[in-house]
Order: sequence, then structure tokens, then C-alpha cells
Amino acid sequence: MTTIAQIQFFPDQASKMAGQVDTLLVWLILLTGAVTFAIAAVMIFFLAKYRKRAAADRTPPKAENLAIEVTWSVIPFFIFLGLFGWGAKIYFNESIDPKNAMEVHVVGKQWMWKLEHLQGKREINELHVPLGQTVKLVMTSQDVIHCFFMPAFRIKEDVLPGRYTTQWFKATKAGTYSIFCAQYCGTNHALMTGQVIVMTPTDFAAWLKTGRETVSVAQRGEQLFHSLGCSGCHAAQAAVRAPLLEGIYGSQVPLADGRIVHADERYLRDCILIPNTQIVAGFDPVMPSFQGRISEDDLFAIITYLKSIGSSPPEANIPNR
Amino acid sequence: MTGWRSRKDEYEAARVRRNLMPLPVQNYAVVEKEEPPSYLQEHTLRSWLFTTDHKRIGLLYLFTIIVFFVIAAIAAAIMRLNLLTPRGDLIQAETYNKLFTTHGVLMVWFFLIPSIPSVLGNFLLPLMLGARDLAFPKLNLLSWYIFILGGAIALYALLVGGVDTGWTFYTPYSSTYSNSHVALMAAGVFINGFSSILTGLNFIVTTHKLRAPGMTWFRLRLFVWSMYATSLIFVLATPVLAMTLTLMALERIWHVGVFDPALGGDPLLFQHLFWFYSHPAVYIMILPGMGVVSELICAFAKKRVFGYTFVAFASMAIALLGFLVWGHHMFVSSQSVFTGMIFSFLSFAVAVPSAIKVFNWTATLYRGSISLDTPMLYAIGFIGLFTVGGMTGLFLATLGIDVHVHDTYFVIAHFHYIMVGGMVMAFMGGLHFWWPKISGRMYPEFLGKMTAIVTFIGFNLTFFPQFILGYLGMPRRYHAYPEQFQVYNVLSTAGASILGLGYLLPLCYLIWSCRYGKRAGNNPWGAKGFEWETTSPPPVHNFEQPPVQTEEVYNYPPPGHEAVAD
Ligand code: HEC
Ligand SMILES: [Cu+2]
Ligand SMILES: [Cu+2]
Repeated sequence: MTTIAQIQFFPDQASKMAGQVDTLLVWLILLTGAVTFAIAAVMIFFLAKYRKRAAADRTPPKAENLAIEVTWSVIPFFIFLGLFGWGAKIYFNESIDPKNAMEVHVVGKQWMWKLEHLQGKREINELHVPLGQTVKLVMTSQDVIHCFFMPAFRIKEDVLPGRYTTQWFKATKAGTYSIFCAQYCGTNHALMTGQVIVMTPTDFAAWLKTGRETVSVAQRGEQLFHSLGCSGCHAAQAAVRAPLLEGIYGSQVPLADGRIVHADERYLRDCILIPNTQIVAGFDPVMPSFQGRISEDDLFAIITYLKSIGSSPPEANIPNR
Repeated sequence: MTGWRSRKDEYEAARVRRNLMPLPVQNYAVVEKEEPPSYLQEHTLRSWLFTTDHKRIGLLYLFTIIVFFVIAAIAAAIMRLNLLTPRGDLIQAETYNKLFTTHGVLMVWFFLIPSIPSVLGNFLLPLMLGARDLAFPKLNLLSWYIFILGGAIALYALLVGGVDTGWTFYTPYSSTYSNSHVALMAAGVFINGFSSILTGLNFIVTTHKLRAPGMTWFRLRLFVWSMYATSLIFVLATPVLAMTLTLMALERIWHVGVFDPALGGDPLLFQHLFWFYSHPAVYIMILPGMGVVSELICAFAKKRVFGYTFVAFASMAIALLGFLVWGHHMFVSSQSVFTGMIFSFLSFAVAVPSAIKVFNWTATLYRGSISLDTPMLYAIGFIGLFTVGGMTGLFLATLGIDVHVHDTYFVIAHFHYIMVGGMVMAFMGGLHFWWPKISGRMYPEFLGKMTAIVTFIGFNLTFFPQFILGYLGMPRRYHAYPEQFQVYNVLSTAGASILGLGYLLPLCYLIWSCRYGKRAGNNPWGAKGFEWETTSPPPVHNFEQPPVQTEEVYNYPPPGHEAVAD
């Protein structure tokens, strides 16, 4: 049993974002609390004053009053507008792709979280991160929809099969915090929990070195790039004419159907799994689909590899016509 | 209590004697001598199963939804007991998942959605409009049979093993991964939808075509306005649910790729379609309650509602805006930031008409002549709980907060404040208010008041701790949980047992009153409206003389002019 002292009223606050969300919450509580109590007070006052047997002035007031109605519609509306703006600002900040973030790959499956650091270190249901470092989670699911929820950082994002979603946080307090799956995903949904362990950067570096030797994710991706035959087409000297992939990540890619798309993780993923839906302008649709032939882990690795090679926009890809 | 009651009767007698009501009262005084057969006269089973009388059909719905309510409430009770301990020792995870699905599906589609519309709406709409029946009485009976069919299939799905997807049926879990009877349950809900659509159609046509002479749109009762708005949602939104569930079943049975990415589908499409129906459906589950409360406030403050046009149009505004906010259920499902902002903004916008209603109800009390009978206690409870529910809705519409509390107990608490604190309180209030009309008998007033208070306390104890739980981070649909959440779960379970008492009592004393309750006069509350001008219980065709609306709606005599009992 829990003792009184252990009763929590507020969740742990382990990032700046958490503080910002809590401030907004406190203001919301004060504001809505004040209005609720005001309504209650007025109502109780009327109930007492105008109860049937009490003597009171009951001259009928006007039954409609436009001025009053407009006032009590417009004032809440503007208050709402303020709340909307405040909340939207936090949401917007949460959704900006952070710079210099340490990337961690997350794969959700019934009923566990598999995580992989770029250095190649893997964990299950645990996420070790260094203090003060922005961490970006790139997440996908192998089966149904899950949701990666870390209350101490006040963030969550659904983890979907067939696509990547991301979220980021920057821990400001060392400690151990919960991870929950917040989206119902079947029988053991409630057991799909874990822990974020925030450590000092030195501890983290030491932790990374523990366990067996690992190759980095990008290196693994490079090996796969060769073993799966990608390089047979995508290398500069290849026989098949296929776009060079150096510096593709983050560039603008012109497609055969006239669209120009931003090459992010999701684009790269779709190129590999469903290449026919987006053909690069000027190339033949000869790339085979790797759907079902490649695991989520390996896909992550290849994409990480593609992200790691070169940063110059692949001008060579745009053919002279 | 008897003393109070006899004063009421005296008042009634005095009012008739002194001819204080306009024309219809006189007609009706003549009629009373002839004692027209009440709609409850016939007792055969046949007379119930083949009736086309809207009043009897309303009661058929009442009996059926009570059955579903009891099953769904038992499911909730078992869940709450299980949550007493962090490890969830009472039942297994799989059972737990099936229970919350049962609770959700039955409460939403087989209790809340039909509660006020199909029971009170059916009973009252023609009476309030001064009509003999709904526009299509046979269609009305058909709606009930369809409802029964849908319900039977849903119960069958439970008996053969149940469903574990949650009432939201999210794909690809429902369409590919779940090993339970999803398609069967979906079929039950699908069929149930047609009952809603037909009832909605019937109500819309009735409101347009069968209003008494003199009853212009702005002389409609607010309950009728709310039924009208609800019916629009029934007719416009329910087909989307039917299509969504059909697509889901197609994918499940024949692997047609619509929602499962492994089959080339898009899992978010399901959520868009589902909430495009289900958010408006949330308003199906509150608008009727607002209608009832408007009636109760007027009747017990003996006053016309303040800002009639605003309250009426607020219902319509809610019904229409309600179609534009579905995306607020998907703020963390990876939709774009911009989309999130639009849906957040619109969700705030839809809160304005709800706020208007609360303010107008409060203002109606000003200079009223207020009596605190049971229905009024429920109405006041409704306003309080609905306000808390609405205010916490603002928290959820605020993007930065929703990211944290989405899919936690905060959301559970929020919508129970609206659905149970709001709709069920209103339903109970309405049931007590119109009980004398429905049964011809009074319920025991003291017990009624006690029950209203017990319900209010039990409700708050059950659901308020869940707000805190949610902010602390306890996700919904958890069969077991970390130890730090236990205190609030224990409180919540304790509250639920009090709440249960609050529902059990009326079930007993209302049944008791059918036989032993004091006979009710035609208008025990001294309220305005056609339904109070006919006998209690009303004759088969509602009125002996078709009533005529000669005055404004809620035209309560100015204070001092009314007959006072003492
Ligand atoms: C048979 C040759 C072939 C093989 C093997 C192949 N590709 Fe391709 N790939 C192409 C061609 C041709 C295109 C351009 C047409 C298109 O977009 O489908 C392309 C396009 C791409 C693009 C989009 C390039 C851009 O500029 O936007 C990516 C990314 C890519 N491939 C990755 C891979 C990866 C990773 C593999 C290995 C798993 C692979 N490809 C295997 C031929 C191939
Ligand atoms: Cu889950
Ligand atoms: Cu909604």
C-alpha cells in the first residue's frame, strides 16, 4: 500500500517542455476554476434568493437581451482564442524537427518496445539518454498502432505501422521515468511499458560501451545496401541507370508526375517499399519493391546509411532533357 | 411528504376552479369527466409488441435500454473492482479488454444514444407538438425492432466470446489482429445505426409537419429544438459510421486493403472516418440532455427561459460545428501541425454555444420562483457536472495539454462528466419530471431527492480522481498499472459503488410507484406545455381536442398572478 507521503499530485517534471505544459495547465485550472465557481456562486445565490417561498422582487426581466448574449459569447471567445494560441505554440515547438539531436530508433510490436541507438546499441523497454541532450525518436510499428508516451516529458506520439513518426525531448533532470503505450494495442497493452533512464553524459558514454561490440547502424545499413543489391543499380558505375543517392536526405526531389517532394525519412521509406508510387523524374520505374523482404530494423539501417552519405544535393540526378 | 403533496393537489384544484389556464384547460376539464381510455389500458403482450403508439414505443425503448444499461454497468463495476489493486488481480487482461469494449459499445450505442431521443423523445415529441403521433408510426415501431435486432446480435457477440477492440474499433487491430468477434459486433452496431437514422427521419418530418396550429418555429419547446438538432446528426452522421464499419469488416473478412498498411491501406483513414461520425455522436449524447434541462429549469423556475432564441440556435450551432472537429481526437496520431491547429481552433469555437447555454440557464433563475423538486436537483447537478466536463474539454482542445493527456484517464474523466454527469443526469431528471405523465403516478419525492444527491456525490467521487490520474499519466484501457496510481483508483472505485446505489434506487422506487405511487394530476408541476394539458397518463391519441397554441412558449404568468398553494 502507498503511504500518504507517497501520494503524487503532479507528475515528475524532467524537461523544459514539461514545465511549459504545467504552467499552461495551472493557468487553465485557475481560469476555468474561477469561472466554474463564479457560475456556481451565482446559481446558488439565485436558488436561495428566488426560492418559491422567499419574498423577492420578481418583476419579470426582459426575456431576451442581445447585449448580454453578445457579451457572454464574445468574451469567452477571445479567452478561448488566447488559450488556443498558447496551446498551439507549445504544439508547434514540439513538432519542429530539432537540430543536433541524438537519434534513437523505436520499433513497437505487441507488446514491447525495441530501441536502437545509432551506435548500434540495442535495448528493450528501456531508453538510456544523456542529460541535456536533445533526443529524437524515429518510430514505427511492426503490427498495430501503439503510442510512445513519456509523462515526465509531457509528450506522446502514435507509433504506426507502415510509416515513421517522430518526437523529441531534452531531459533536464537525471532519473528514471515511465514509458507507457498509450494507444490500445491488444491483450497486454498495459504491460507495454518501460523506462527512460536519464544519465549524465559521461555515464551515458560509459553505458554505450558496455555489452558486446556493435557496429553502428549506418555501417550495418551500408552492408545491407550492398547485400540487398541496391548498389548494383545505385552506384555511379552501375549498369542500370538509377539516381545516385549521395545527399538525397533533406533534398527536394522532382517526381515524374510533376510533384516536387521533400526527401525525409518517410519518403525514403516509401521509395524502398512502394517505389512505384513516386518515380523520380527522368528515370524508368525499374526499381523492385522491397516490401516484405526487409525488416523494420534493416529498413531503419539503410535509411540511416542514406542519411549519412553526403550532404550535397544530388544535382547529378536531374537528367538533361 | 404527503403534506406537501396534498398542497400540490389543492393547488391544482384551485387552478382549474379559478380558470387560470387558457382555453385548452376548459376543453380538457370537460373531457376529464368522460375519462378517455389511457394509452396504458390494454395489457396484452400483443398490444405492446404491435403497437404503433409513440408513447408505448417510448416505453419499449425504456425497458430495452435499461437491460443494456445494467449489463454495461456490471461490466464497469467489474473493471473498477479489478482496478482496486495495481496488478489487476481480479480478472485477466483479456477479460478486462472485453469488458471495457462491452461497456463502451453498449453504453454508447445501446444506452446513451437512444436514451433521451428514443425514450423521452418518442414519448414527448408528439405531445409537445400537439400531434396524435409521430409522422410515421409504423416506421417508429420498425426502428425499435431494428434496435432489438442490432442489440440481439451485439449480445450474441458477447455470449460467444466478446470483442476486445474497444468501442473505437481502431484498425489495423480490429481489422487484422484481434482474435475476437469483431465483425459480429460491428454488424450489431451497423444495424443499430438504421434505427437511429429512422428515428431521426421520423422526428424531423414530425417537427416540420405536425405542429399544432399556432405553433411557429419560435414557439417550439427547447426540448423539441434539441431533438430536431439531434435528429439532423442522426441522419447525416450515422451513414458514415455504417460505411466505416462495413469497410473494416470487408478488410477483416476478405482482406480488402483499406486500413491495414500491410494490405496497402491507411490506418489513419479509419480514425478520420470513425470520428467524423463519432464526434457528432458525442453531441447526440449531450444535446438531448441540454433540451431536457432547458425544460426542467423553466418548469421549476416558473419562467420563460432567458434568451430563448440563443438557446435554440445554440443547439443548431452545436449540431453543425460538431461535424468540423473530429480531428481533435487525432492530435498525436501524426497529422500535420497545421491540421492540428485548425481542429484545435474549431474545438474551441464549438465550446462557445455550450457556454451560452450554461449562462442562459443560470440567468433564467433570476427572478424566478424556484422549487427544488427532484427533477430540478438533477437539472442543477447537470449544469454543475456539464460545466466541469465542458471546462476540461477546453484543456483537451488546448494542443499542448492534449499531447500529454490524450488517451489517459483525463479523457475518460472528461467525457464521463459530459455523458454520465450530463446526459444521464438529464435523463434521470427528465424521467422523474415526466414520470407522472408517463405512469400517471408520482414517485416518492423524498427518495427521489436523496437519490439525486447520492448520484451527484458518487459521480464526483468516481470521476474527479480520474482527472488527476490522467495528468499523472495513467493511460486508459490499462488492466494493471504502476503502484503510484493506486490511491486514486481506490477512490474512484469507492465512488462507483455510491454511484451504483444512485442508479439502483430509482429502478426500485419507480417500479414501486407504478402500483403504489400517489395518483398524479394532469399537471403536478404546474408546468406549461401541451403534454401537461392532457390526462396523466394521456389517452391513446394524446388529446381529445387537437390543441391550439395561442400564446408564446413558456408563457408563465408573472409572479403574483399565479395561484399560490398556501
Ligand atoms: C533494379 C535497379 C534498382 C535496385 C536494385 C534498387 N533501386 Fe532504387 N531506384 C532505381 C531506379 C531506376 C530509381 C528511380 C526511379 C524510381 O524512383 O523508382 C530508384 C529510386 C530510388 C530512390 C529514390 C531516389 C531519389 O532520387 O529520390 C531511393 C531512395 C532508392 N531507389 C533506394 C534504393 C535502395 C535502398 C535499394 C536497395 C534496398 C534500391 N534502391 C534498389 C533502381 C533500383
Ligand atoms: Cu498499447
Ligand atoms: Cu470529439
